[in-house]
Amino acid sequence: MEDTGSIVAFWVLTVLTVGSAAGVVAVRDLIRAVVLLITSFLGVAGLYITLSADFVAVVQVLIYAGAISVLILFAIMLTPRASRDNAETFLQIPGLLLAGLVTFTIAFVSLETDWTVANNSFPEDTTAAIGEALLDKYVLPFEMASVLLLVAMLGSILLVRPEGTKEE
Amino acid sequence: MSVDLEHYLVVAALLFGIGLYMALAKRNFVGVLMGIELMFNAVNLTFVAFSRFAQFAEGVDPLRGHVFVVFVITVAAAEAAVALGLAVLVYRNRETIDMDRMDLLKW
Repeated sequence: MEDTGSIVAFWVLTVLTVGSAAGVVAVRDLIRAVVLLITSFLGVAGLYITLSADFVAVVQVLIYAGAISVLILFAIMLTPRASRDNAETFLQIPGLLLAGLVTFTIAFVSLETDWTVANNSFPEDTTAAIGEALLDKYVLPFEMASVLLLVAMLGSILLVRPEGTKEE
Repeated sequence: MSVDLEHYLVVAALLFGIGLYMALAKRNFVGVLMGIELMFNAVNLTFVAFSRFAQFAEGVDPLRGHVFVVFVITVAAAEAAVALGLAVLVYRNRETIDMDRMDLLKW
């Protein structure tokens, strides 16, 4: 991508995404951490748009910034007497070292490797093509995903049902 | 200057590192889950970046990266629902979701 607009958009979205992700780690209050997490998800959605992945970007906003954040907020609200603070365990130093090592390795490899880069062009909107692929070539995983969602929904309902609830 | 594949990969690496640190070191169970979601995001960003920039063999549709991301998001949603249900259940039984104090299975 060469034009000034996408370069500026990339850097602004990168600062937004990585900055608010760092904020999620640093902020002491869990509710504020969730708000920063939503900002980070929205930044990733913007990065998808700079990669001309419009369908994935909208799905990201709907599912991550919408549904999963609300689920996380519910989990925080439903555990009221648990500690609200976002502190670290005794594994802080080893965790920091390991995460830093992994980040450094991935970044180093991706900078050093000589990728065979192409400039793939996508259709004007990718939704139709993704829909066709989902119902044609990937129809079996698509159906399995629906079964997985059903099982996950039933499982979480069964898990949190209060003890001793009987059908009438 | 221009924005290339490497830029997106480094951003994804940073996001993955932050998520990994949270998943390893946060004391609150919900904090650990937030770290896992950040790691999912980093991996999805890598998929989409490669689907945009990588050289594919003849006859391979680059959009398969997007399809994979849709599946990852589906599985992540299912995982989040079950994991947060578990968090509520643990809290109901033990009055805490502190990772340091969930040690019933520890030697």
